[in-house]
Amino acid sequence: MTSSAQPGRRPNYAAGVLTAGWLVIVLAPIYVLVKASLQTQTDYNSSGPLSIPDHVTPSNFGTVIHSGFLRYFVNTAIITAAVVAIVVVLVPPVAFAIVRNRGRTVTLVFRIFLLGLTVPVQAVIVPLYFVITKVGLYDTLIAVILPTAAFSLPLSTIIMTGSMRDITGDLYEAMALEGATSWHIFRHLVLPLARGGMATIIIFSALNAWNGFLLPLILSQSAHVRVFTLGLYDFQTVSSINAPAICAAVVLSIVPILVVYLFARRALIRGLMGVGGK
Amino acid sequence: MTALAVRGGRKKSSGGLQIGRPSFLWSLPALLYFVVCALVPLGVVIWLSFTSWNALGSPAWVGTDNWTSLFHDATLIHSFKVTAILTGLGILTQTPVSLLLGVWAAGHERNRAILSALYFIPLLMSATAISIVWLSLLNPYYGLPRELHWLFDNSLLGHGYLFSYTGTAIGVLTFVGMWQWTPFHTLIYQGGARAIPEVLYQAAAIDGAGRVRQFFSITLPQLRNTIITSVVLILVGSFTTFDSILILTAGRPGVSTTSTSYYMYVNGFEKFQFGNASVIGVLLVVVTTLISLIVVRVSGWDKMRSTQEGV
Repeated sequence: MTSSAQPGRRPNYAAGVLTAGWLVIVLAPIYVLVKASLQTQTDYNSSGPLSIPDHVTPSNFGTVIHSGFLRYFVNTAIITAAVVAIVVVLVPPVAFAIVRNRGRTVTLVFRIFLLGLTVPVQAVIVPLYFVITKVGLYDTLIAVILPTAAFSLPLSTIIMTGSMRDITGDLYEAMALEGATSWHIFRHLVLPLARGGMATIIIFSALNAWNGFLLPLILSQSAHVRVFTLGLYDFQTVSSINAPAICAAVVLSIVPILVVYLFARRALIRGLMGVGGK
Repeated sequence: MTALAVRGGRKKSSGGLQIGRPSFLWSLPALLYFVVCALVPLGVVIWLSFTSWNALGSPAWVGTDNWTSLFHDATLIHSFKVTAILTGLGILTQTPVSLLLGVWAAGHERNRAILSALYFIPLLMSATAISIVWLSLLNPYYGLPRELHWLFDNSLLGHGYLFSYTGTAIGVLTFVGMWQWTPFHTLIYQGGARAIPEVLYQAAAIDGAGRVRQFFSITLPQLRNTIITSVVLILVGSFTTFDSILILTAGRPGVSTTSTSYYMYVNGFEKFQFGNASVIGVLLVVVTTLISLIVVRVSGWDKMRSTQEGV
């Protein structure tokens, strides 16, 4: 708790102005987004973005769904599920090894993942495109899934390692004294106690995959493998003057994340907050 | 999005017990996957930078031709300037706001929790969605500039034609970047501020230090590592900003918002000069890695401890 939270002190006007001002900046576009998605193009264009609407209509959502967004929705969901599956299978074992195996090789593995954090996806889009084309995966969902999962691994491993370090050494020792194998310890001690970290990496990699843009942009082109973000981009280019329809498409893209956010807010925030360190 | 807040170092060995300790093999699947899908391409990009390839056929070895021609490429040199300006403006705008908001949000009152949840909304949106929404909002004919002409109708804001002038286009990218990333950095600072021991503030209050004094003598110094982390994330993030430039300005007007990573994309996927694009890719990797290494060295990042305390 910070000092300004203590009761009985004079109100902090500066904080009030800052927080209220920022709230307006954050919420105004959200208001326009939701409102415009329910307006006709004529109404929106004649009355302006901020005005209170006279009447609302869901017709934009029909337009959006008829222009192929259901397909994009399904594609994005498949990619997200696959990326999460890969991360969940690969990350806990490597984090377990990093935390409990003190050997040089595993320390090196940890360093490699640390280094991986600083490699921007942007830098490798050309070679990824080259490799994916050469192995004949261009324009498939797998082409997007493989690198998206790979670039989720470093951060997920770091988060999972932090979560497993919170398990005290005594618990490991107790199980080891009873002669438990590493598989047994992993299955019955580490996995149950690292549930929080697990939730965080699932949400992280899912958010990453759902919102991904660059990799689908360079690794796919056909409508049948198009993802939501690319659909938004294309839709924006072909109907840039139809702001309400664009807003409806954006609203649709956010709904699934909003649902996840409502159910898993804590895990998400804990992970993001943890990034800052002490 | 990257993060490097890591508990480094090895703990003192807790007993010599070797039973039940996982072997190196446990790390092998993830390592192999990461090496094949992320690190091998890093090697390939170096090789491609010495070739000429237009997406058809096979790359042809051209030695250092791409490198020498790019070092004389005025647009590339200009793109570094654009990237530096966008990065600098990103740090200058995002750091103060998110620092103040984060410290404020670290309090435990109910209204702060509710406001924090609202501040969080932009984080749920993809960069694509955010850019598209702002592109619509800032449209000079149907968007905010027409509705709020008292605000936009001056030469400072290009009379509402924000995308037509260099200064205002840079301003749009900076502002949208701020809208997109401030919530994330606010969360980082909130976590950092919550980890500051309450006893420090109590001691300061007993000594009669006011709110402002406490902020500068306790909060800021205690948040040193958090500030470093946040600034580095903005640095690396700005270097690789791509989606918002592609959607909002497409590098225009002229090449005045063409950042280095966007220029790489243009070279590769619009001009099909993948050799040139690879050179820029190599430069990007080198620069971002250097930044991270320098910061890790200077800040002792790798020695940082727990990241989850105080949540």
